[in-house]
Amino acid sequence: MDYTTTLLTGFVALYIFMLAAFTGFEIIGRVPAILHTPLMSGSNFIHGIVVVGALWALINASSLAEQIIGFTGVLLGAGNAAGGYVVTERMLQMFKPSNKSAKE
Amino acid sequence: MNAALLIDSSYFIAAFLFIYGLKRMSSPLTARSGIIVAGWGMVLAVLASFLYTLDVNDAAKPHLTTNIALALIALALGLGWAWRSGKKVAMTEMPQMVALYNGMGGGAAAAIAAIELIGYKTHGTVALSLAVLGGLIGAVALSGSLIAWAKLDGRINGTLRFGALQLVNGSLLLILLAIGGYIIWHGGAVAWPLFAVFFALALFYGVMMTMPIGGADMPVVISLYNAFTGLAVGFEGYVLNNPALMIAGMVVGSAGSLLTLLMAKAMNRSVANVLFSNFGAASDEAEGDIAGSQKPIDAGDAGINMRYASKVIIAPGYGLAVAQAQHKLFELVKLLQDADVEVKFAIHPVAGRMPGHMNVLLAEAGVPYDIIFDMEDINDEFKEADVAIVIGANDTVNPAARTNKSSPIYGMPVLNVDMAKQVYVVKRGQGKGYSGVENALFYADNTQMVYGDAQKVIVNMIQAIKSLGGGH
Repeated sequence: MDYTTTLLTGFVALYIFMLAAFTGFEIIGRVPAILHTPLMSGSNFIHGIVVVGALWALINASSLAEQIIGFTGVLLGAGNAAGGYVVTERMLQMFKPSNKSAKE
Repeated sequence: MNAALLIDSSYFIAAFLFIYGLKRMSSPLTARSGIIVAGWGMVLAVLASFLYTLDVNDAAKPHLTTNIALALIALALGLGWAWRSGKKVAMTEMPQMVALYNGMGGGAAAAIAAIELIGYKTHGTVALSLAVLGGLIGAVALSGSLIAWAKLDGRINGTLRFGALQLVNGSLLLILLAIGGYIIWHGGAVAWPLFAVFFALALFYGVMMTMPIGGADMPVVISLYNAFTGLAVGFEGYVLNNPALMIAGMVVGSAGSLLTLLMAKAMNRSVANVLFSNFGAASDEAEGDIAGSQKPIDAGDAGINMRYASKVIIAPGYGLAVAQAQHKLFELVKLLQDADVEVKFAIHPVAGRMPGHMNVLLAEAGVPYDIIFDMEDINDEFKEADVAIVIGANDTVNPAARTNKSSPIYGMPVLNVDMAKQVYVVKRGQGKGYSGVENALFYADNTQMVYGDAQKVIVNMIQAIKSLGGGH
């Protein structure tokens, strides 16, 4: 595929998968339980990046079927990303320590 | 200008911002800036994607204008709907909303797989396998999350259970894997109706897998589907040769898997147990008789006793949020604090509908997070507390989980509220908890029941304390 400067062959992909998996494991392992709900929602937002893949697929669609599926994909992916962002941000802005909430 | 280089560097920056943002989300102090940072990564990646239009496949060139229009409409609709619904949703309904957004992501991953397959665009065994597998997982995450959403939202009541269900589901999975294997074996060159059957069955499997699972277990399931979607996105990322999708997908895949395990552990269940067992279905006969009776107390009296205690620990449950009583509760807490009572919150890992959900609900009411403690950190303090007050919680404070081996919830970690000198339980009526298990705490000698709607009870407590005249 010539639309990219990156070409991922088998083992490079495996290395990426492995390192990313460890990264995810490490990040969650250190999060206090009070943040688990926002974090689940936050990671839910992160995989909203799928919208980018759906965009590529839709832009390169060459039949009606591909256009319909691609349109659905972009619609769903955009919903995932935007929805995940809004609810996570709403939850996180509520977390405040004692001194700060006393001032309000 | 080299468009491909621009696209790839944008993705690189986006991937960095995602990981950096997630890392910042690991502390309450920096969490909000974390999601904002990750949000900018997303904006950058989406904008960069429009550079794809500069270099499309020959077959797609005649459709380019239509495709761009379609892409803009889809983006605007998805973004607009999700933004509005996300702003509107009540904090108590957060779990089902997360399920819904998650299902959409799974659906998008499945859509990518479908386009790759019906367009015969993917070549090579590895890429084809990952396309098929990602499509399967994505489709299951989509329909499964939708069922989870509908159940939590009260749109589907009851659970579907029959004897041969696991057999049916097992066969379904085998058929799916067989079709997937057949597609891969033939290098993807099969007639398109087979793809349609494959995706339809995958969607159906997601429904069948989720229907038997009860509402109390739904958080584990949502977390599992979150991990599923992550994996599906990661796999489709490989198919599309897109490292941003691979990294983001796999980070979420592993983080979500760990979170799922942590949640299941907090409920004293294995993930397999949650997915494949009929929890609560046969639990009634196993209970021993509980000696003693439930002793009621007036809300005002309980409030005054708390006012003269030196240490009060509050164990809130989802019932608190159902009664919309968090704000009133915080008012009560401030009143007690003004009277020099030490007040702490004790949060069970599965209080609310998701781990950490109760923290969100309390934060919404303005309760500062430094008086809120996790179960492990506060369980030893109950024996020093003068009063432990349970509001809208049940199974998570049942001492039978520690003592009664015949109880279905035996072994589940619980808050040791029964060890406080005095226990008040605020409860609507004499019903059982989510698991349907009778609660030995309610019959204990040091327990008194405050019957009534949590909000009204707390208001009565506040009035009783205020009527004492300021305190100091």
